[in-house]
Amino acid sequence: MSAHDDPESIRKEVKIYITVFLGLAVLTVLTVGVSYFHMPVALAILVALVIATFKSSLVAAVFMHLRAERKLIYWVLVLTVIFFIVLMAIPSISQWDQRMIR
Amino acid sequence: MEIPYTTETRPDTGLYNAKLGVWLFLASEVMLFGSLFSSYILLRTGAPSWPHGRDLGLSVPLATINTMVLIGSSVTMVLAWASLKLKEFNKYRLYMGLTILAGFAFMGIKAYEYATKFEHGHFPKTNTFFAIYFTLTGLHGLHVLGGMIINGYFWGPGAKMWKTDPERFTNRIEVGGLYWHFVDLVWIFLFPTLYLL
Repeated sequence: MSAHDDPESIRKEVKIYITVFLGLAVLTVLTVGVSYFHMPVALAILVALVIATFKSSLVAAVFMHLRAERKLIYWVLVLTVIFFIVLMAIPSISQWDQRMIR
Repeated sequence: MEIPYTTETRPDTGLYNAKLGVWLFLASEVMLFGSLFSSYILLRTGAPSWPHGRDLGLSVPLATINTMVLIGSSVTMVLAWASLKLKEFNKYRLYMGLTILAGFAFMGIKAYEYATKFEHGHFPKTNTFFAIYFTLTGLHGLHVLGGMIINGYFWGPGAKMWKTDPERFTNRIEVGGLYWHFVDLVWIFLFPTLYLL
């Protein structure tokens, strides 16, 4: 961020922060709204996860300054994402196991 | 001996040390919460049926307000940092104060929710849903509390550093903010998972 430290760009950033806040608020209302539609469970989970992922990407990119960050941080996060995906896959791996026993 | 690279960037990483340190810590936090989300998936797919949080008396309106409160506190946190960048210390105090107040509001609403659950006889031992609900929201609540303590320190006694080493103090607020935004980010996933699905 050190390249954008002049007051002018910080003031621009502040405007972006406010815009993102409004966006996040709208998306929160949206995710609550669609949950009352009684969609099939799989679809409801998909929609909720898509909105949550979008919201968290906004937080990470703008508030956590990932839009303009050093490469090393990106590599740390790539590793984190890989391990996170493995972690999320563990429940289904356990189910393959049960099927094999049967 | 002075702590190295508190403000100047370290040549090999291109970062000041605290930033890399906090990001590595957050990576470990992703795994901590990730393992519990993974457990949630395992419990839910393994259960014959899974209730809607709101059918068990979880309040969607209160949780929606809490979501707004946390998102709002993320904005005030980043505005606190931006105020320091603009050398406006009084604004920093204001925004950091608002961030801490939002933390109190979140914990207050959460405490009210917990109290209502207990009144209705819903405890972690009641069923699998409440077991994972209390585990996830409890761990998250502890993180909010931790953030409030850190932010409180930076609002109060820790703010003295602004006079002696303003750049280092600004960096402290930036990495404190990284943690606070992460806690917000976890809630963004917890909210639909426990209340809406």
